[in-house]
Amino acid sequence: MIHNPSQTQLTIAGLSYRWPGGERTLTVPQLTLRAGERAMLRGASGSGKSTLLNLISGVLSPDAGELALLGQPLQQMSAAKRDQLRADAMGIVFQQFNLLPYLSVEQNILLPLKFAPKRRARVNDPKQETARLLQAMELDLSLLNRSVTELSVGQQQRVAVARALIGTPALILADEPTSALDPIARDRFMALLASQCQAAGSALLLVSHDPDLAKVVDSEYLLHVSDTGTEVRPC
Amino acid sequence: MLSLMLRSMRNRLTSVSLTLTVIAISVALFIGVELVRTQAKQSFANTISGTDLVVGARSGNINLLLYSVFRLGNPTNNIGYDTYERLSQSRGVAWTIPLALGDSHRGYRVVGTNQDYFRHYQYGRQQSLTLAQGQPFNDLFDVVLGAEVANKLGYRLGDHIVLSHGAGGSTSFSEHDDMPFSVTGILAPTGTPVDRSLHVSLEAIEAIHLGWQGGTRTQGVDLAQIDQFDLTPKTLTAFLVGLESKFQLLNVQRAINTNKSEPLSAVLPGMALAELWTLLDQAEKALAIVAAFVVAVGLTGMLTTLLASLNERRREMAILRAMGAGPRHVFLLLWSEAALLALLGTVLGYLLAQLTIVALAPLALAQYGLVLSMGLPTGSVAWMMVAVQIAGSLAGLVPAWRAYRHTLADGLTQRL
Repeated sequence: MIHNPSQTQLTIAGLSYRWPGGERTLTVPQLTLRAGERAMLRGASGSGKSTLLNLISGVLSPDAGELALLGQPLQQMSAAKRDQLRADAMGIVFQQFNLLPYLSVEQNILLPLKFAPKRRARVNDPKQETARLLQAMELDLSLLNRSVTELSVGQQQRVAVARALIGTPALILADEPTSALDPIARDRFMALLASQCQAAGSALLLVSHDPDLAKVVDSEYLLHVSDTGTEVRPC
Repeated sequence: MLSLMLRSMRNRLTSVSLTLTVIAISVALFIGVELVRTQAKQSFANTISGTDLVVGARSGNINLLLYSVFRLGNPTNNIGYDTYERLSQSRGVAWTIPLALGDSHRGYRVVGTNQDYFRHYQYGRQQSLTLAQGQPFNDLFDVVLGAEVANKLGYRLGDHIVLSHGAGGSTSFSEHDDMPFSVTGILAPTGTPVDRSLHVSLEAIEAIHLGWQGGTRTQGVDLAQIDQFDLTPKTLTAFLVGLESKFQLLNVQRAINTNKSEPLSAVLPGMALAELWTLLDQAEKALAIVAAFVVAVGLTGMLTTLLASLNERRREMAILRAMGAGPRHVFLLLWSEAALLALLGTVLGYLLAQLTIVALAPLALAQYGLVLSMGLPTGSVAWMMVAVQIAGSLAGLVPAWRAYRHTLADGLTQRL
């Protein structure tokens, strides 16, 4: 385990963000994630999951409140610094279409290292690490040099996890990573995601509307929608 | 970043190569238009060389040059052969070429002259006329054809042709059909109006007009009795003068311009050419503008393709954003792609133009006497290539800026 378990990877306190062109706000009174901890954000579509993701990843800036990644407050950073911190400290898995179609599987997995020197420094042998992650995600090594367009959706999602994990970032953000998978593939995928995050000591923030995923996480938050906006509450 | 860009471009090979083709063709077209423009100017200036003065009846510089050298338009008046003989004996005059114009053959002008034409007439870089076939006229009814005349009308040595009275178009109603000429020589191509001329002796001009008055034939002349007539020319249209030394130029010119027996004009061909070219300047500018618009169309094509591809690339941008790429990375990625396309397109266009030139060079030389040569870009072509690069880079700012805005608006959200 690379990350110190007592370290707080993500701290959100009293955060509020007002959507442009309206009065509706997204508020997060309290949300913390320690190293190796796993949390799930549950909410219907349109409740503000993507916005929260963009806030945590530093693409959007909150209007008020505290948002810190690895103890570093994002709101005091320039946009370029936030981009750099995202590259160094975060692995992101999307719902689908995670991979660049013009890169091979291996090149896709290595992609974050191009933008993140700190993650690059943690990897001794990138090729070996790619192979290790691929095997850890229960994928065949022969896929390494294949074009990603030849992969099934399930395989693509696993490659995306391998890519998020390379260089062991502090936090893995996964946005509906299983929505394109069938239930059996979903369960195996979640087990692998959880175990690999734990092995690396990376915190995992899972965004999904699927209650079945709750069994692999330590804590659960609900995006509660009201007239005035969305509030993120623990449950 | 660079390898990412190249791989991304390879993934969009069809649209990228189409864009490249459009730019390359527009650049090649520009180079072609430029070549035609400069070659036209060049061949224009190459029409006559080595001649120090063009002398004709008193008229404007350009008019004199047009009818005597370019064989266009009509002379204002004739000059007496005695005046010509006297002036050609002047001090400082090395040689003269008499020119008697006024007849034609199927639209091509007939030039009455003497052997000095083949001896002294020069064009281009002091090149003399050479005969591709046969020899200069010797007998009274011999004719030497310019390259284009022989080529277009399909004449060979020994063919018989009839000259028409008047310099008019291809249909003349008064033919000198009683006195046919036989082709004794065909000149090599020069790329000058010489190619479009038929050359006969001054005596022949005199002979075919025996019995003509006021532009019509009033009485026939028996060919057998032609020897009995005095065929010494009485008038000329113009003559070209070569001097022994350039220092005498102004003296001789003044002497001719102040000639007492009849009013004459002596013109420096170089000056008259320059004067004429300023008249054609507008046409030259129009060509340059057309060429510039061709390139603008090419770059607009590139802009269209890049902008059209932006929407389908939003997903790609979101992935790069998630990897930590900032909006400026996305901006750079798009912008350098445009710059690279402009660069590759320009280079390809240049190569395309050069290949075409190499392929067409033998044809151009044979048909038009144009010397097309390959070489590194110079002058306006080099400037244009730099300008395309700058314009392409500037145009690339538009999709780059749009992608930058998308990136800020979309964040990590994958909009489709």
